[in-house]
Amino acid sequence: MNAPLAHRTLRLPHDLPLDSGRILPRPVIAYETLGTLAPDGGNAILVFHALTGDQYVAQVHPLTGKPGWWANMVGPEKPIDPARHFVICANVIGGCMGSEGPASPNPATGRPWAIDFPVITIADMVRAQVALLDALGIGRLLAVIGGSMGGMQALQFASAYPDRARAVIAIATTARHSAQNIAFHEVGRQAIMADPDWCGGRFLEAGRTPVAGLAVARMAAHITYLSEAGLTERFGRRLQERDSVTFGFDADFQVESYLRHQGLSFTRRFDANSYLIITRAMDYFDLAHAHGGSLADAFRGATARFALVSFDSDWLYPTSESKRIVQALVAAGAHASFVELKSPHGHDSFLLEAPELARLVDGFLRAVETA
Amino acid sequence: MTPLPPRLAVVAGLVPEGATVLDVGCADGRLLRYLRDAKGVDGRGIELDPERVSAALAHGLSVVQGDADRDLADFPTQSVDCAILSETLQATRAPHLVLDQLLRIGRRAIVSFPNFGHWRARLALLLGGRMPVTPALPESWHETENIHLCTIRDFRALAEARGARILSETYLAGDRRVRLHPNLMADHAILLLGRAEAPG
Repeated sequence: MNAPLAHRTLRLPHDLPLDSGRILPRPVIAYETLGTLAPDGGNAILVFHALTGDQYVAQVHPLTGKPGWWANMVGPEKPIDPARHFVICANVIGGCMGSEGPASPNPATGRPWAIDFPVITIADMVRAQVALLDALGIGRLLAVIGGSMGGMQALQFASAYPDRARAVIAIATTARHSAQNIAFHEVGRQAIMADPDWCGGRFLEAGRTPVAGLAVARMAAHITYLSEAGLTERFGRRLQERDSVTFGFDADFQVESYLRHQGLSFTRRFDANSYLIITRAMDYFDLAHAHGGSLADAFRGATARFALVSFDSDWLYPTSESKRIVQALVAAGAHASFVELKSPHGHDSFLLEAPELARLVDGFLRAVETA
Repeated sequence: MTPLPPRLAVVAGLVPEGATVLDVGCADGRLLRYLRDAKGVDGRGIELDPERVSAALAHGLSVVQGDADRDLADFPTQSVDCAILSETLQATRAPHLVLDQLLRIGRRAIVSFPNFGHWRARLALLLGGRMPVTPALPESWHETENIHLCTIRDFRALAEARGARILSETYLAGDRRVRLHPNLMADHAILLLGRAEAPG
């Protein structure tokens, strides 16, 4: 992996109980903030990141040197604007950008948690971030927002802490992982665990990195973030710096070269055990299950205004999943809005420059702020 | 607060202060906004066009992108005081089922629609032998979204057949109210409906 980075962190003042029944002793939470908290605290927005995201939502990433993962949504003149909002974004527990995760030292042994890190849930991730808010003295938020796994956290937050945010924005997400979602994640996990350099999970101590396995996991997942039309438009059957196929297994096609690059560069910034832990948490996510199978019951008593957004080319968390959530919100009597936006870019649409999405979030937030 | 055009003003007049409302086909939420600001109404909307939904959200309204034919089933029974269907009935695939849903969701339903029995429409068909293009129905037959046009008498018969009770009826010709021979003289109708088996 990488040399240790100096992330901004806070060690929670108490242990964190987990859904599994295990306890995470006083976990460290790495987080970033932007803007200034209003005297009444009413301008705070908690941004939840997705599977491979982190707390560097709009800042240059300290490892990759690239712009923040949601610089299209958060920043000057953007819908979430540090000039107006106090933005908090924390690395999820189980992650690898400074929050307590498999690469952190296990206080019981002093060695990395590795595969002994507890299997966590989306609810555990949210519980940790609410504990962070408590530690920072932030009460009721203006909004929580997230896409993909970030959207799952936003929904979980709304369900578990119904009075804690005035607005909930959940984009390109789902209230439960489908068999297909779980299946793709399982491919990724098996690829990691099949890599001899995974060393039964103890690769850090062995001084090795399961590069090949983690890269394959990322490549398989990356395909699910794009649409067929998007891939065709971008790569078609074009060859990679050659005039004809080579009758071998080199990356003849541009799409192969692209995927290999995506896979390899991912291994330089992500911990393989974090990938296992976080994908597992997503697979376990089923918001209705915790409420006797009724998704509407998960939102009873919700006081927030909800905005759900899906993209028509997203086949990972398709519009039908957002509509299920909206149905449940409507049945629960919540104030819910829903829009399906057009985009050729599949699930990844929520991260890309999307004027319609920006306009929608901006209008929605401003209306909540002035209400 | 900008005043409403006459047809929407009639609809708004039928909504009690502080009521809960579902506006089906709410566009950018003009009526819902007025009802909220003027009458303290707690409103929700359904709208097909994402841009209009987005505009409604920016006005602080709760609007779900969806269509009257498919998505009304998601709304709980008797969950609002007024279910409003304004200038949308004639564009639905199954107006009778949409009417059923309105009467299920709302304790009252308010339906407004263009009257195909208006003399201009009759005259166009009688003299021109062509599908009418009138101020109330400005698009030609092949490009209009109005696939289920009806007359006032048609609608009254449908309402009765679906177990609705007509509680009030307002007929307009342009901006003016029509009292005599509405099926001939009115280009728009606005009806307040309740359910026959649950009067009052």
